Amino acid sequence: MTQQFDNLTELHQALVNKDLSATELTQQTLTNIHDHEDALNAYVTVNDDEALAQAKQADESGIDADNVFSGVPVAYKDNLTTKGLLTTAASKILYNFKPVYDADVVTRLRAAGAVTIGKTNLDEFAMGGSTETSYFGTVHNPWDTTKVPGGSSGGSAATVAAGDVLAALGSDTGGSIRQPAAFNGIVGLKPTYGRVSRWGLIAFASSLDQIGPMTQNVTDAAAMMNVIAGRDERDATSSSKEVPDYVAGLSGDIKGLKIGVPKEFLGDGIDEGVRDQIKTAIKKLEALGATVDEVSLPHSTHGIQAYYILGPSEASSNLQRFDGIRYGYRTPNAKNLEELYVKTRSEGFGDEVKRRIMLGTFALSAGSFDAFFMKAAKIRTLIIEDFKKVFADYDVIVGPTAPTPAFGIGAETKDPMTMYMNDMLTVPANLAGLPAVSVPAGLVDGLPVGLQVIGRPFDESRVLNTAFAFEQNTTFHELKPSMSKGGRA
Amino acid sequence: MAEEPISRAEVEHVAELAKLSLTDEQASKFTSQLDEIITMIDGLNEVNTDDVKPTTNMADATAILREDVAVNAHQKDALINEAPETEDGFIKVPAIIDESEDA
Repeated sequence: MTQQFDNLTELHQALVNKDLSATELTQQTLTNIHDHEDALNAYVTVNDDEALAQAKQADESGIDADNVFSGVPVAYKDNLTTKGLLTTAASKILYNFKPVYDADVVTRLRAAGAVTIGKTNLDEFAMGGSTETSYFGTVHNPWDTTKVPGGSSGGSAATVAAGDVLAALGSDTGGSIRQPAAFNGIVGLKPTYGRVSRWGLIAFASSLDQIGPMTQNVTDAAAMMNVIAGRDERDATSSSKEVPDYVAGLSGDIKGLKIGVPKEFLGDGIDEGVRDQIKTAIKKLEALGATVDEVSLPHSTHGIQAYYILGPSEASSNLQRFDGIRYGYRTPNAKNLEELYVKTRSEGFGDEVKRRIMLGTFALSAGSFDAFFMKAAKIRTLIIEDFKKVFADYDVIVGPTAPTPAFGIGAETKDPMTMYMNDMLTVPANLAGLPAVSVPAGLVDGLPVGLQVIGRPFDESRVLNTAFAFEQNTTFHELKPSMSKGGRA
Repeated sequence: MAEEPISRAEVEHVAELAKLSLTDEQASKFTSQLDEIITMIDGLNEVNTDDVKPTTNMADATAILREDVAVNAHQKDALINEAPETEDGFIKVPAIIDESEDA
């Protein structure tokens, strides 16, 4: 594209002014996506024909001057259902699945005029931190294609970082929005549990899953939240709390903001380069008028342990529905019904999904239920109480998003344990249901690092404003991979 | 948890409960991997949780009732179309008992 847009507001203005049409924009976006696909593999499905039809319709009905998503291409993680459009969760077991309904978030963005540009690649059923477990192949990091993009929302992160789209949706069960956002130098927000409807999100762990925005900057993430947040009666856990205007909440003023930095977040296991970068970021927040103290979340160090009991337990239950009867893959080799179930599941699921189903089945089985599931559920309570204590005195909690920058493709796939430890800084917010954002905080060895800001329940406005103040007073968000055609090169 | 966290026989039993069949190679691999993972998560037992209530639900609201009104989503055909095998508008599955055994 000859014209380049840094944010939704600029892009929207160009569409309103008719500097370019929605059709031209969508055509150019599709060209960029296809140009990058060989290198990135960020998509399971590119929605070429339908996207162009939606863009044409946007041009015909006129761009809505009051709506920044009017005629704008948006990418959806492929575990969000899209009516009539292939939705696979990156699993063979759903390789041919065409949902009969749109996820609530898709309905809302479509109503706001967004064009469905495609479905992004992910770890199978969102289980992973590197987007290497997809049935449709590994996603590559646009900053260095020998590195992973993080995961599980690796496809959404890569396509935003590559400059194909300004906005994508991901889902976050243990860090799956924030960690890939950090690895790709973009913004990713996991909202409070219940802030965004999970209707149409293919369930992984229902008490942890949340859908959220992945964008190039904080303002665009806030704009996306304005569209997707709110009560949906089809998700009984979605909250009726009033949705504030998240964009209007971005004052950039954090004078007097009380920040707690958990000592557990900068301790062992954190890469030295990452630690330095985050310490510098914290000094910046202090210079902007915030007060910073060291605090403690003593039980957060047990977060990984609790997460790898509770997540797989819920997953083993949720994934019982994949049986080859009503939709998706069915084994051609079954002589009876029992064999149909077993062979369909054994042939349809990949190893990581099987591992988690078995771990969960084990944790819930007689003899293990009290020692594992109930124990983890109690640790979860202690983690929530730790956060409550800190939030009695502090407005936000700040630290790194991930312990390292992006690692090499294939480096950790052999050892699930090493892979699981990457989630140590992100799972506490999921276990406690808290809003948390990752915002670009510079590079280590040429790879992006993310600053994580965690807030009180339903305090997305303050979390985003903290990230916004940091972004507006640093230039890290202007750094783009050389592959990106957007931005300030 | 004392002794070994999980044996190969237990892994095979758990796979059966989860309706998964494992090859020999998978059973060995999963046994050592699950063993390692369960040893890691077993570290939770260092924490005293006497008198701590478990958290299993994160929703901030209790159940909200809606009007009990039946609605027709008119999606029967679309849903049936997604099934791998159908006949006369029904989803078709193999017999519960192995048909080849009748012969």
